[in-house]
Amino acid sequence: MISVQSAPFDLGDIANRFAAAQSGAGALVTFSGVVRGDAGLIGLEIEHYPAMTLPAIEDMVGAARARFGLLDAWVIHRYGRLAVGEVIMMVAASAPHRKDAFAGAEFLMDYLKSRAPLWKKEHRTDGTAWVDAKDSDEESLCRWD
Amino acid sequence: MITVVYFAWLRERIGAGREQIETQAETVAQLVAELSAIDPYHAAAFADLRSVRVAVDQVLTDFDAPLAAANEVAFFPPMTGG
Repeated sequence: MISVQSAPFDLGDIANRFAAAQSGAGALVTFSGVVRGDAGLIGLEIEHYPAMTLPAIEDMVGAARARFGLLDAWVIHRYGRLAVGEVIMMVAASAPHRKDAFAGAEFLMDYLKSRAPLWKKEHRTDGTAWVDAKDSDEESLCRWD
Repeated sequence: MITVVYFAWLRERIGAGREQIETQAETVAQLVAELSAIDPYHAAAFADLRSVRVAVDQVLTDFDAPLAAANEVAFFPPMTGG
């Protein structure tokens, strides 16, 4: 399942549904990203490119499945306004063994950060600012080359 | 006729998320040169191409990419998903 949505979702519910949908998996890894409560931050506004986001994530999931032998991988990513503490996104990966499930989830996270057409804008008590991409995120991506 | 779409601060700087452009540009770089000449807002958006990414028909590419038969070109800053 891949979903790009504005609505909140229930982490536990998705994790349970993911687990129930697997057969033959010995390892399930889930990761979720949350709006970090930095000083002065009210929340995030996430913009995306609707015509491209889903196909781009589908490509990443296909690449992760092929590379790490994942049995399944789900991605949910929200857009719109999110308050501090809200869940932004989650990745779930299943594999016969944990090493591939962890690596597959990390690979997906690195690609989602730097190659999925999503942009974060911070709403702070003193104004708004687009979040700059970090060099370290690009470096994280290079390790998969 | 080509549809050009903008996201994040490029959209804000240009003041529109989408526009239709009549162009003979053969590459993304040629299109950028034409767009930059429209007005100072476009020029400001494309002033530093190191902080601009491009997708042609929803696929990430680079400024040398050909525009043959392209329907939609998107310009946006480096992505910050996840």
